[in-house]
Amino acid sequence: MLISTPMMNLNNFKVPRRGFLAGMLTTAVVGPAYALDNATATKLVDEVVLEINQAINSGASEAKLIKAFEGIFAKYADLNIISRSALGPRARTASALELNKFSFAFRSYIARKYGRRFKEFVGSAIKVKDTTNLGKFFEVNALAKMQGYAPFEVAFRVSDRSGKQLFFDIIIEGISLLSSERVEIGALLDALNGDIGRLTQDLSDLS
Amino acid sequence: MFRFEKYAIIPAFTGFLLMLSACSPNPGMSVYDPFERMNRGTHEFNKGLDRDILSPVSKGYSEFLPDPVEDSVSNFSSNLSLPSKIVNNVLQLDIPAAGTNLARFVVNSTVGMAGIFTPSDSMGLAEINADFGQTLQRWGAEEGAYIEIPFFGPSNIRDGIGLVVGAMLLDPASYVLKPPVSSYRSGSNVGAVLQNRQIYADQIDDILYKSADSYAQARIVYLQNRRFKLKDSKRDAYIDPYDEFE
Repeated sequence: MLISTPMMNLNNFKVPRRGFLAGMLTTAVVGPAYALDNATATKLVDEVVLEINQAINSGASEAKLIKAFEGIFAKYADLNIISRSALGPRARTASALELNKFSFAFRSYIARKYGRRFKEFVGSAIKVKDTTNLGKFFEVNALAKMQGYAPFEVAFRVSDRSGKQLFFDIIIEGISLLSSERVEIGALLDALNGDIGRLTQDLSDLS
Repeated sequence: MFRFEKYAIIPAFTGFLLMLSACSPNPGMSVYDPFERMNRGTHEFNKGLDRDILSPVSKGYSEFLPDPVEDSVSNFSSNLSLPSKIVNNVLQLDIPAAGTNLARFVVNSTVGMAGIFTPSDSMGLAEINADFGQTLQRWGAEEGAYIEIPFFGPSNIRDGIGLVVGAMLLDPASYVLKPPVSSYRSGSNVGAVLQNRQIYADQIDDILYKSADSYAQARIVYLQNRRFKLKDSKRDAYIDPYDEFE
């Protein structure tokens, strides 16, 4: 068994089909993927958390920290599905090329936006607590202890429905990254009359 | 001193609320905002208040006062909020929480010198949050429509009523304290708000001043966080981005 993803209707979308095929090819070359279960979901988040902790405590400059976050996002997040979800209904009429370009601009934007909040947090740590099977995905709960703040809950939602085990949402004290970015990107897109190309350009220009 | 008739407002309000909340669509739905136009107006007003008064004053306050002094002010304020939390714990029949909050109140008020210090923290007696909006939720009231309240910010019908009723009727400290202590208390409440505004400045500034639609951001952040704290959300109330493809 190569991948444990349920069969998706390939006629309904463009980008994820490519992702799916790319995922299949990668898996064929690399070897069998482990089925998504409690242990593998936890392991993924353990790795994410380890890298985040390392980045935060490295005392690196803001620019380096942002680069590190971008790397973590690129490696462990389902960028395609997150950026597509952020675009909302307009993603359906966009071309695969537009969506692809957007997803890269989106990744940098996220890394900058959230990365710069962490630059003062040397001496902080995130600890994974437990993992729950919520049917279509797993939710890995962690506790973040950042200097100067009361500890707060961080939950990672992990799925393999894109062909690879990746996280698709981070929920901090109940606030979902996916939801907030949908609101934000939605508002930006409204201001640009739905022009995804312009939005991609604007996101890349922001610093 | 105690006029029990006015407490009749509580069951009346609850009944009213349960009726109102019956008008809200399914509880799992993310955002129910029938008053959006009015709310956006209030939001602009609140944002102006923050930009022109709260934010600059809180910066000045934090720069002027040493951290330990700021902490003492906030501790004093928090301590005096415990009695109303205890009342809500009891109303929710959460006796262990009432016990913890009571113990915390006693320890901090005595050993902690009227609440300025918090020896209860090293005893593991952490504050357990409880407000009347939460009590109403425990009694079965739905959150109702989203509203943004002038000065207080994002809320919802149930919690807005909880705020007013809770402050007016269910705060033992407001009955017991007399001037000048009552004015020290009010002052400390202001200080606590100013300190919090500074502690969370990055997050608040991002939402209010660095987002494309600060109203919508504040709304979703408030609703999701409040439901989380009240354990009021179903886990599947969040978006599943893969749903589109299944």
